[in-house]
Amino acid sequence: MKSLADLQAIRARTLENINMRKDEDACRVIIGMATCGIAAGARPVMLAFMDEIAKRNLKHVTVSQTGCIGMCRYEPMLDVVLPGQEKVTYIHVKPEMVPRIVSEHIVNGHPVEEYTIGAAKD
Amino acid sequence: MELYRSHVLVCGGTGCSSSGSAKLIERFEDQLKEKGLDKEVKVVRTGCFGLCEAGPVVIVYPEGTFYSRVKEEDVDEIVSEHLLKGRKVQHLVYVDHKTHESSVQKSLNEIGFYKQQQRVALRNCGVIDPENIDEYIAFDGYQALGKALTEMTPEQVIQVILDSGLRGRGGAGFPTGKKWQFARASQAEHKYFVCNADEGDPGAFMDRSLLEGDPHAILEAMAIGGYAIGADEGWIYVRAEYPIAVKRLEKAIEQAHEYGLLGKNIFGTDFSFDIHIRLGAGAFVCGEETALMASIEGKRGEPRPKPPFPAVKGLFESPTNINNVETLGNVAQIILKGADWFKSIGIPTSTGTKVFALGGKINNTGLVEVPMGVPLRTIIEDIGGGIPNGKKFKAVQTGGPSGGCIPASLLDISVDYDSLTSVGAMMGSGGMIVMDEDNCMVDIARFFLDFTVDESCGKCTPCRIGTRRMLEILQRITEGKGQEGDIEKLETLAENIKASALCGLGQTAPNPVLSTIKFFRDEYEAHIKEKRCPAHHCQALLNYEITDACRGCTACARKCPVNAISGTVKQKHVIDTQKCIKCGNCMATCKFGAIIKN
Ligand SMILES: Cc1cc2nc3c(=O)[nH]c(=O)nc-3n(C[C@H](O)[C@H](O)[C@H](O)COP(=O)(O)O)c2cc1C
Ligand code: SF4
Ligand code: SF4
Ligand code: SF4
Ligand code: FES
Repeated sequence: MKSLADLQAIRARTLENINMRKDEDACRVIIGMATCGIAAGARPVMLAFMDEIAKRNLKHVTVSQTGCIGMCRYEPMLDVVLPGQEKVTYIHVKPEMVPRIVSEHIVNGHPVEEYTIGAAKD
Repeated sequence: MELYRSHVLVCGGTGCSSSGSAKLIERFEDQLKEKGLDKEVKVVRTGCFGLCEAGPVVIVYPEGTFYSRVKEEDVDEIVSEHLLKGRKVQHLVYVDHKTHESSVQKSLNEIGFYKQQQRVALRNCGVIDPENIDEYIAFDGYQALGKALTEMTPEQVIQVILDSGLRGRGGAGFPTGKKWQFARASQAEHKYFVCNADEGDPGAFMDRSLLEGDPHAILEAMAIGGYAIGADEGWIYVRAEYPIAVKRLEKAIEQAHEYGLLGKNIFGTDFSFDIHIRLGAGAFVCGEETALMASIEGKRGEPRPKPPFPAVKGLFESPTNINNVETLGNVAQIILKGADWFKSIGIPTSTGTKVFALGGKINNTGLVEVPMGVPLRTIIEDIGGGIPNGKKFKAVQTGGPSGGCIPASLLDISVDYDSLTSVGAMMGSGGMIVMDEDNCMVDIARFFLDFTVDESCGKCTPCRIGTRRMLEILQRITEGKGQEGDIEKLETLAENIKASALCGLGQTAPNPVLSTIKFFRDEYEAHIKEKRCPAHHCQALLNYEITDACRGCTACARKCPVNAISGTVKQKHVIDTQKCIKCGNCMATCKFGAIIKN
């Protein structure tokens, strides 16, 4: 190591992996992963999220799981919570839908209305 | 580098290691692999979280779920429920002693024990993997060293530390910036920067936890200090009884060398710095700075008179600066965030935070870091969770064997250097032993003095002979043989020793006695005049008594070796306390629980 820039490079490289342990405002993706969710295919969806986040090198996004939300017929379902905003619930999520949720909602802040629980009720 | 969705942090501090955390890590790794989660979930061994009493401790991120007292069998459940299905394992989640609230819905920082704390020195403990330099760097590690070396002159570094108001955390509370200034002012070819990791106070373990949980922070601070005073060599004097800390330090030094953060021409500048480790000889007096340096040099660990001060003539006769581990734990943060930031924590005469090791009669034993100036009550009641078993708080001993006690009437005192000293206690290294109504204050004083008598190096008479005389007096008081005038004798001896002992050990040894006399004189008097121990603690002063629960079965009277018990059948019996030799036979014999010690 010869300079502060070298140090910064190590820092940046490690930081994305350890961000979840800092209590900064993060965007949270919370996936229903009880038995019903897993049966409905929640795991491939979760893996798709992790892939997409890694691919785009997004910081401050965490993927976590929650138990049964009690609306098993909508599984796989998940919540996206941006700091300071209401949570948005997506239903019947398939891995193919993940890139759009990430790019439009998480990166640009516009929920993908047609995938949300609001759209289903109409 | 791979991205994980979840991190499982398992405490690898001394407390949790002794309750089996290494096994937990293995089990987690096996289970994750079995469930095919090992690419998604990472297991990290950290340093102490501070709540050792609830160990082994496991924290799962990103939720920040705090699991306590995790057993090997529990790991399977955490993996299959929490990590696979996202359901927190309710019955393993930490429950707050005071509020009885489970922390299921809360993250770490919302738990009562942590809520009132502010972590500066311990900021990385329990957060990073101490054996991974990259994680330290990701949490701003070595940034301060880079900043100091490339953007600041040594004088500027010292000025920031001066302005921050940082005072030594090792006992005396001397301003760190001033010390660095003195060492800088000494002209010499070689200078040394020493870290005191001897941690002699038997009730304190914050230095150990800091070394175990964040060893790079200490290395970085030493390099910054070395640059500031013009030293090219550092020494860490660490207790041999801290094997985990020693191992992590060795590893950290090696990693820092690999990255060029120690060694020649750090950050491409002409500053070079190396750090060595010396294992402590295990005597309390070796924590005293002059004894410590003698011990590093391979001589007997005995104090010598000051002056000359270490800043003028220290290790190997060269100018030396010596700082405590926790003091150093603040340095990098101050350089990065500035003196004003540090001053904004605490109060003007005691800036920043202080780590305390809470022990004794308190619900949450463990390490707590609070801003200077918080009321003692906050530490005892809110963070410590109060006294167990509904007992009453009596006093807290701060500063270990050199300190004093603070009684319940002063519970609202501000915890800072000067306030504690003003009531005859002291900050010391931060041991805090809580006592309840069952603790006898005379016996507490005897306990601490017993420690110092044992640890006195014997070099000077007041300490060697004087403390022993004091101990003899205390001993006879607790044995019911106290005499009129003993309190005054203790006070005179104490003043003489304080005034004439060579080093801090002797000079502070009488403090626990003086402060218990000051606040609990009535307890001393009860022992001496009434031969009574108000806390019912001193065995020799207890009297056996028969209560109204007596059925008059005569069993006890027949067992008493000295015929001290009299009474007629079916009538309440009585013990003649003059005859009783306190053998305890009667109490063990009574089937009706009618005999008590009082
Ligand atoms: C008997 C005795 C034992 C001491 N033990 C320690 C110790 O274990 N750790 C420590 O940091 N300082 C200890 N000190 C204080 C050191 O002499 C010295 O003041 C301190 O290391 C300076 O560091 P600081 O200014 O950062 O507090 C002890 C002092 C005395 C008199
Ligand atoms: S005061 Fe006690 S420990 Fe210190 S030099 Fe004298 S005898 Fe040794
Ligand atoms: S043994 Fe107990 S009940 Fe019997 S006489 Fe003694 S005190 Fe009373
Ligand atoms: S304690 Fe022993 S000596 Fe005293 S009354 Fe009981 S049996 Fe007798
Ligand atoms: S050693 Fe694990 S919490 Fe202290």
